Amino acid sequence: MSNSLVIVNTGCANISSVKFAFERLGINVDVSDDVKVIAKAQRVLLPGVGSAPAAMSSINKKALASCLRGLTQPTLGVCLGMQLMVTDSQEGEFGKTDLTSSLNLIPGHVKRMQVGNLRLPHMGWNRVTSKLANPLFVGIPDGEHFYFVHSYAIDNYAHTLATCHYSSAKKQSDIGVVPIHANAELVDAGPMSAKPISAKPISAEQLKADIGTTFSAAIHKDNFFGVQFHPERSSDAGAQLLKNFIQL
Amino acid sequence: MLAKRIIPCLDVKDGVVVKGVKFRNHEIIGDIVPLAKRYAQAGADELVFYDITASSDQRVVEKSWVTKIAQVIDIPFCVAGGIKSVKDAGKILEMGADKISINSPALSNPKLIKDLHDTFGQQCVVIGIDSFFNEETGQYEVYQFTGDETRTQKTAWQTIDWVKEVQSLGAGEIVLNCMNRDGVRTGYDIAQLAAVRAVCKVPLIASGGAGEMQHFADVYNQADVDGALAASVFHKAIIDIPELKAWLSIQGIEMRS
Repeated sequence: MSNSLVIVNTGCANISSVKFAFERLGINVDVSDDVKVIAKAQRVLLPGVGSAPAAMSSINKKALASCLRGLTQPTLGVCLGMQLMVTDSQEGEFGKTDLTSSLNLIPGHVKRMQVGNLRLPHMGWNRVTSKLANPLFVGIPDGEHFYFVHSYAIDNYAHTLATCHYSSAKKQSDIGVVPIHANAELVDAGPMSAKPISAKPISAEQLKADIGTTFSAAIHKDNFFGVQFHPERSSDAGAQLLKNFIQL
Repeated sequence: MLAKRIIPCLDVKDGVVVKGVKFRNHEIIGDIVPLAKRYAQAGADELVFYDITASSDQRVVEKSWVTKIAQVIDIPFCVAGGIKSVKDAGKILEMGADKISINSPALSNPKLIKDLHDTFGQQCVVIGIDSFFNEETGQYEVYQFTGDETRTQKTAWQTIDWVKEVQSLGAGEIVLNCMNRDGVRTGYDIAQLAAVRAVCKVPLIASGGAGEMQHFADVYNQADVDGALAASVFHKAIIDIPELKAWLSIQGIEMRS
């Protein structure tokens, strides 16, 4: 059990793909909902597919919450698993506006992504940029693509480890302006900046719609790490991140 | 910026990858797992496995190959064909598929879309639509059971209406198969895809017609699709995926390198 890893069986997640990803790295994985097994593991992975209320209700039904809150070993939340790590989520039961209370391992709030005319879910490969040097992203250059599938996100905030920017795939020159953005280096994407700025007038609404949003691709506090993307489906970069996690 | 996706589609029949022209005359291309692995290594952004016999044969197709694929590839993949119930979908997702795609069963039972959405979440639910451009009427018509020539039939749905309907029921992504262009390699149906794009607020994947690299640039630039699916140009090595992605990047289209 020198390098043991337990995937928490939350009861509603597709666990196979993340299990297989560790197996490709030669790591043996246990899948368990037994609090004794989870508490003793050297590392814990909180997977996530499904909705926040369904996942929290399953976690509560299995009486896993206090065990998860008491973990001191490196723990990685993936996608919904990451979203369950913060305080609460706007993702409620269908037709209800109540917040879903989550595990509160890291302060923070999950909100519906505000993307104007952009498509949701935010589905596909997008670039991730680390905010500071950290062990989870060792060997992964800034701007590497990871695979995302989600409609809710955590803002870029104090516990953000890495960010992702979701904007229109159309060239910014098409909308007639060079956008001003908090993360200017993310927006300045090569060829588009060389295009002449057209004099076409643009509405504030369209501008907002096309600039998009910057959100947390990864978060961290103490022993808890969360990633919004799916490292198990993110090719070589994802494999590197999982390798980094098992070396924490 | 979200990268545009290149998606090889592997049509599966009796456990091997096949390809026909206009949904007919299938020829064997090769075994599933080595092909999947090869495409993942070549830089494909996603794979679709489409069991073309399943819906029309009215049988539950043996899908142990799903687990084998999930074990060896590290990019997302979607399984289509023969999924008629929440239970069927659950099995495929448990085996390690990231998404399931339904087509004919959604037309027979639209409520299935909502049930899949409520059980597994919107992100898992892909709706495949086989759309035929009727030159006489000038309309886009939805077809069902296209995997079997003898059972293929026109439905009462016009494509634009069905695209709206599936979104209201909880579809997370739409793959539009433009039947007139399937396997003929004369370019994607830009006019139809642009019309669908205008009413499609979830990711839209173009399917049918890819023949050369320019076709991919055209469909991203002119129809603003999120991904482009192709089969024969990849299976027959007419287009090399790394070369395609490098070329599209030079055209200013965001690609995962």
